[in-house]
Amino acid sequence: MGSARLYAAVAAGGFRRYATYRVATAAGVFTNTVFGLILVYTYLALWDERPHLGGYDQAQAVTYVWLGQALFATLAIQGGGFETDLIERIRTGEVAVDLYRPADLQAWWLATDLGRAFFQLLGRGVVPFVFGAWFFPTALPDEAGVWLAFLVTVVLAMVVSYAIRFLVALSGFWLLDGTGVLQVLMVTGVFCSGMTLPLNAFPRPLGDIVMLLPWSALLQTPADVLMGRVDVWSAFAFQAGWAVVLLAVGRLVQGAATRRVVVQGG
Amino acid sequence: MWIRSTLTYRVSFAMTVLGGLLVTGLDFVAILLMFSQVDVLGGYTLPEIALLYGLSATSFGAADLAIGSAGRLGTRVRDGTLDMLLVRPAPVLAQVAADRFALRRVARITQGDLILGWALVSLDVAWTPVKVLLVPVMLVCGGVIFSAVFVAGAAFQFVAQDAAEVQAAFTFGGQTLLQYPPTVFGRELLRSVTFVLPLAFVNWVPAAYVLGRPYPLGLPGWAAFASPLAALLCCAAAGLAWRVGLRSYRSTGS
Repeated sequence: MGSARLYAAVAAGGFRRYATYRVATAAGVFTNTVFGLILVYTYLALWDERPHLGGYDQAQAVTYVWLGQALFATLAIQGGGFETDLIERIRTGEVAVDLYRPADLQAWWLATDLGRAFFQLLGRGVVPFVFGAWFFPTALPDEAGVWLAFLVTVVLAMVVSYAIRFLVALSGFWLLDGTGVLQVLMVTGVFCSGMTLPLNAFPRPLGDIVMLLPWSALLQTPADVLMGRVDVWSAFAFQAGWAVVLLAVGRLVQGAATRRVVVQGG
Repeated sequence: MWIRSTLTYRVSFAMTVLGGLLVTGLDFVAILLMFSQVDVLGGYTLPEIALLYGLSATSFGAADLAIGSAGRLGTRVRDGTLDMLLVRPAPVLAQVAADRFALRRVARITQGDLILGWALVSLDVAWTPVKVLLVPVMLVCGGVIFSAVFVAGAAFQFVAQDAAEVQAAFTFGGQTLLQYPPTVFGRELLRSVTFVLPLAFVNWVPAAYVLGRPYPLGLPGWAAFASPLAALLCCAAAGLAWRVGLRSYRSTGS
């Protein structure tokens, strides 16, 4: 029970850390809104040319854009969450101190990152989404149950996103310099999560493959749940399945990595 | 000095340039994906959009390489290290531009050039001397206009120290906007990027002349050659904003 209190406090700390920078948050909201506007117009042109592309109508395509902008920072789709801190700590060796703490490395950073994600959802997600729904025709459900299911998928997406980035950060134990892997993370995150184009609008064999990858749990699954295009329980199962697998792999790699750590004494 | 420090780690440098090519190329991959489903977007074909894309990416890349470091100004204002630049006997703006000069940003130019090259080869345009000449003019003026946006953004950070993302909305957002044909966007948006922040003169208007397309917002014929004028106006406005920003700067001090 004590450890649950500890991780709750860590999560609250993660939330508060990001809540401190109000101007930066407002600036982020502005940026997400601008990018949302640009994307909405291009999607509308695309769906004008090919109505019902990927099974979406125009309103659903617009909803997808604003959802992407709302979840972009929340799920750290392009990176920019805890992983930069952890990579830096691994590079400088400060991670050795973390390993001696009476808290688990994976659970500790999960708690921080969840705190960050919840703040970004409220601070950076809600406003662009409401703006988009206000000024453009969107396809939003009016049943409370669907919204509830959507919130569950967003939380599951947070965990999957964390699990991916934790693995990326751990690679720092072997590579030492994190810039390369962070760049790969950016590319895969933006492309495979469907930030550039909804995954169901991808050309055929490619679309089917990316749909099975963990990144589709980040944006595509919550979007499809919100718009009632998939069975809710299979969506949960897909996300939870990836979360469990990736967290388990993260645990194994963490074990291997900590055995590599050599603390230089003085 | 920053160039030499980067080139010391050759493999790392090559990797970041390669990675940069992939990251910046993603936008074009998105366009390619769209064109796997359609033949035209906003009435423009793929080579035509590639021309817009190549022009915008190359001129933005040049501006980013030259003065993109100005995005870090907010950090310097916050931690007070801007004072260090103020007491040196060199223009502050030049120092800010050279600060952590990142040669890896050549990736963006390279990628833009490749696509521009492909577009020029595959376009079906009756080239005249004027049209040929207009391409380098667009690149230069576009680079200048984007640089002015960077400087104005940096000046804004004197006031709103924590708002680097607002600058990103105008710089990176502007570049993303110009990658798509003007016919895609709403009238209000077109008006604001033509008359308020003249980004439309980076490529949309002159490229419409090259491609023989109607001008956005029904602009007069000479507008295609107004890019240098727009660039000049942008520089004047950005220079003014920079002076005002620098004057208003108060060190963090204790």
